[in-house]
Amino acid sequence: MTGPTHHHPASCGGCCTQLKHFGVRLGEAAVLEEISLHVHCGELTAIIGPNGAGKTTLLRALLGEIPFQGELQFVHSGSNQQFGRPRVGYVPQRMDLDFSAPATVSDLFASVSQRQPLWLGLGRRARTEALCALEMVEGQHLLGKTLGALSGGELQRVLLALALHPLPDLLLLDEPVSGVDQAGMELFYRMVSQLRRNLDLSILLVSHDLAAVARVADRMIFLNRRVLADGTPAEVLTSPLVKQVFGMEFSEAEPGFVSRLPAHDSCPLPPPEARP
Amino acid sequence: MNLWHQLIGSLPGEWAQLEFMRLALLAVLLAAPLYAVLGCLVVNSRMAFFSEAIGHAALTGVALGTLAGLADPTPAVLLFSALLALVIAWLRRQSAVSSDTIIGLVMAGAVALGVVLLSRGGGFNRYTHFLIGDILTIAPGELARLAALALATLLVWGLLFNKLFLATLHPVLARSRGVNVWAVEALCSVVIALVVAMSIAWIGLLVINSLLILPAAAARNLARSTAAHLAWALLFSFLAGVAGLLISFYAATATGATIVLAALLLFLLTLPFRRH
Repeated sequence: MTGPTHHHPASCGGCCTQLKHFGVRLGEAAVLEEISLHVHCGELTAIIGPNGAGKTTLLRALLGEIPFQGELQFVHSGSNQQFGRPRVGYVPQRMDLDFSAPATVSDLFASVSQRQPLWLGLGRRARTEALCALEMVEGQHLLGKTLGALSGGELQRVLLALALHPLPDLLLLDEPVSGVDQAGMELFYRMVSQLRRNLDLSILLVSHDLAAVARVADRMIFLNRRVLADGTPAEVLTSPLVKQVFGMEFSEAEPGFVSRLPAHDSCPLPPPEARP
Repeated sequence: MNLWHQLIGSLPGEWAQLEFMRLALLAVLLAAPLYAVLGCLVVNSRMAFFSEAIGHAALTGVALGTLAGLADPTPAVLLFSALLALVIAWLRRQSAVSSDTIIGLVMAGAVALGVVLLSRGGGFNRYTHFLIGDILTIAPGELARLAALALATLLVWGLLFNKLFLATLHPVLARSRGVNVWAVEALCSVVIALVVAMSIAWIGLLVINSLLILPAAAARNLARSTAAHLAWALLFSFLAGVAGLLISFYAATATGATIVLAALLLFLLTLPFRRH
């Protein structure tokens, strides 16, 4: 129910993405500061926090959309450690896409994987690669479909396959199942779970849906401008600070607490420091 | 060119015997694919208001060219429109104000400035042909310029197509795949501006935008993929262009507006086939 509870120490055992003294300033204000994190391969790390905590800012900075201070590097395992910026894969929110455009899944894969204009069709090699990527999300049959004809869950699986092609060092999931029905959400998270193990992926997940996140995440980070809590979902969700912010009462002793978490965004309270 | 005149001259019908009609037909055939492919872009990226604004603002370009003492204000119109496109692209990127508002402001300002400059001393009537346009007066030299623009536009469009597709679908996703969204969008805005600005003398700034929008919008009613969207748009653009030219000849009406009505008819005919 609570998912795996293993938790790596702060050092980088296998491969991982390291953030050191990572921060983002927008104008005068520090939106994020002193973030030091190791996002391990094969681990799904969920970021939770109240609205305005800097979750989206963190993703945007990792995507290279906005400048940041501090260090961001990917460390490979093996005899020779190599350092560099992680190659980032990104699964956007479903709501941000324009469904009325007459674009197919095939067009989408062609646009990222070949030089020749996509209206000439998906090249043979690109097609094989696209089918391989779609196979990972059990979506090979979706290749010829128009984006607007896909269900919410199907579209998110297609976007997941796209983000895994080519395989990234760090996979960012930004509210990946908002607007997706329950069955689609469970299938999506089941696939993400499998892929994380099979491909040894490091995954950062931002979501408001604490219940779903707690089931799927190996590790949870409570963010509010800084990292305020870091541990297993059970540890983080029962920490006094998190309870205070999310306004919930649950006891560690009760094994079923996760299922009683609200299913949707429910953070009516402002961040603690903003309260009198 | 002689071959063209012989070829069309051998067609039946009174119009085929007239040199200006043969030139006008060539102009329509050169411009139709431009309107079709750029129109698909405009419709998919919701830039219809932008291209409308560029068409109207070209009036200021005419005024500036006239003030500078140019016999043919076209170079001034092209330069002004391209600069305006860059200004709008830059403002959209910088500002938190909605892009509709920005484009509306820029359009109103540029149209007003154009009218004020051209109406000094009460001489605006001399410029009304820019409102309605006249493709029947097109000269061989202008055709050569149109052909050069068509070639350059199709080249840029073909090279950037996949990047434009992704940037239109989801800018953040595009940036995560290494697309320089700002540069791609700015270049595309400039190309649209140049084509619109070049066309106003022949089509008229009142209706030029419809020639971009209508074939692409009609094509969207039928298309289920990007390639099909382009193919239908090309077909409709050629069809409306040639039919509008011939009808305007026999009905003695303004050609640009007649082509627009033909395109509108095609849009209405395809509307019942829209699936959503």
